[in-house]
Amino acid sequence: MATNSARLLALLSTMQRIRAFEETAMAGHAAGEVPGPLHPSIGQEAVAAGVCANLRVDDRLTSNHRGHGHALAKGADAARMMLELYGRAGGSCGGKGGSMHIADFSVGMLGANGVVSGGIPIAVGAAQGLQLLGSDAIVCCMFGDGAINRGPFLEGLNWAALYRLPVLFVCEDNGVAAFTATASVTAGPGVAARAESLGVPAVAVDGNDAAAVDAATAALVATIRAGGGPRLLHARTYRLTGHTSTDAATWRATDEVAAARENDPIARLESVLRAEGVAQPALDALRDDALREMSALRAHANAAPWPDPASAFADVIGENA
Amino acid sequence: MPHVTLAEATRLAVLQEMRRDPRIWVLGEDVARGGLFGQYRGFLEEFGPRRIVSTPISESTIMGAGLGAALVGTRPIIEMRIFDFVMCAMDELVNQIAKIRYMFGGQARPAVVVRMPHGIWRNSAAQHSQMLEGWFAHLPGVIVCCPSTPADAAATMVSAIRSDDPVLVFDPKNLWGATGDVPDEIAPLEFGRARHLRHGDALTMVSWSACAPLAEEAADALAAQGIRVDLLDLRTLAPWDEEAVAASVARTGRLLVAHEAVVTAGFGAEVVARMAERLPGTRARRLGFPKVPVPFAPPLEDALKVTPARIIAAAREMLA
Repeated sequence: MATNSARLLALLSTMQRIRAFEETAMAGHAAGEVPGPLHPSIGQEAVAAGVCANLRVDDRLTSNHRGHGHALAKGADAARMMLELYGRAGGSCGGKGGSMHIADFSVGMLGANGVVSGGIPIAVGAAQGLQLLGSDAIVCCMFGDGAINRGPFLEGLNWAALYRLPVLFVCEDNGVAAFTATASVTAGPGVAARAESLGVPAVAVDGNDAAAVDAATAALVATIRAGGGPRLLHARTYRLTGHTSTDAATWRATDEVAAARENDPIARLESVLRAEGVAQPALDALRDDALREMSALRAHANAAPWPDPASAFADVIGENA
Repeated sequence: MPHVTLAEATRLAVLQEMRRDPRIWVLGEDVARGGLFGQYRGFLEEFGPRRIVSTPISESTIMGAGLGAALVGTRPIIEMRIFDFVMCAMDELVNQIAKIRYMFGGQARPAVVVRMPHGIWRNSAAQHSQMLEGWFAHLPGVIVCCPSTPADAAATMVSAIRSDDPVLVFDPKNLWGATGDVPDEIAPLEFGRARHLRHGDALTMVSWSACAPLAEEAADALAAQGIRVDLLDLRTLAPWDEEAVAASVARTGRLLVAHEAVVTAGFGAEVVARMAERLPGTRARRLGFPKVPVPFAPPLEDALKVTPARIIAAAREMLA
């Protein structure tokens, strides 16, 4: 098999695992197994997969509230993530964080974040720390289009350019900030122009084209790792679900959603692979494997013990300690 | 043993620690030129621009970048210039720094020091003279220090830098010029241990930060009148030395807490409430600022703040 096809198959595998993880977790939520809402990234998997395929394990990643895909693509343990969504013992954060606060420091995943743009200052600081330590690791900072209207976006990009920090900013632009079309609340020409104005060169990419995201990221990461300073990748995509697992997203125009389904990044990548001669059964196997894996993790999580109530007092300074 | 100002004492402490550990660095506005109060004088020459980093006026990112840098293994000292500006970095402090260790199940220990020179600063008015340390004592996940002497400020800084948990240091900016002895080798201070300033049985007096020397002055004046009070400087509010206060109140039966901060829901309320729970029958009183922003004009400021005379009057009323 051609090297290119092997790489694309790896991307597809990551995307199928993210899709299956979130669809399975959504089913678990609908069945009342998962406490608390989920923020699914279904439809956006090409960004997570294409970007993270270019990161080393010791590269760091900051993510946002819609971060399951980022964590999985960075190599976080899916079993522990599912346990965390279920609030069970053995979860990524011991049941302290839940869906919105997945972190896996063992693979450089410095945490999802419940505050829009919350990861941006953390990412630039992590890069500054790595620079001080003499490391050649870089930091990837994922955020959505809603984040570009918050102060930390402007502060953080200025900061990264000023100190020439090894940061890849990724604006995963699904066009909607929670329930509001971002274009309706954003003045000016948008994220790339804002980045350029702050001295951070920006590249735009079709965020539903996994191969394009992969290629664009590869070039940016090479520049950043060589000491070229921060870069921004603007990846346009589409959120096929609502804001959270409790939002049926009936407020959206049906023709818009139908068009977006035609542009599903998984279907698109499969079609590329078919054109490269990969047989349909091989593609189906990736989906089936992912569904089987996540279904088993759901059953495992649903049967797992709850955290010991005493652990509610662990990992905190305490009342008067 | 150098006899130095409080600002210089903290400078010596940070200097000692930065020479010991190359992972320690400072970020904040104007720090490379020595800091607003000279507390980083000479650091640029010794440590270079990567360890003493003058930053843009970007409080959110000063705070958040300090956190990010801690998460990769460095030990940042985050300088907020003056306390009031932390309002621009509250998400990074309250939602991020204070939560990360717990929320991520112990995967990360954000070893940051956040320096926030606070308190009434003569004629600096409402946005440069706040005492909101009680907010942070209320917040799970941080250590809160309010030293009042050069020796304590230096020892606090050493402990804060060596702590694996986030430590908020409220430098008392009205006491920057106060002088005292600082040991050649500055040892860390144990968080949550009060300093016993005066011994007596008439009344327990509790204070901290810039109010502590005022309480000391009041205690001495009362002693001259034959009234011996037991005076404790808490030094840290989270954790705080509940045992030392309880042991004292158990003897005296009377508790007077004096702080610069607004009385209503100030940390004095917590001290009094804890003693009321532990030692029913305690006669208690709080002294602090009224619920008014700090005004500018000298007579207005003077009309509202705690003074030794007000502490003496309150103590005498309690003993009447």
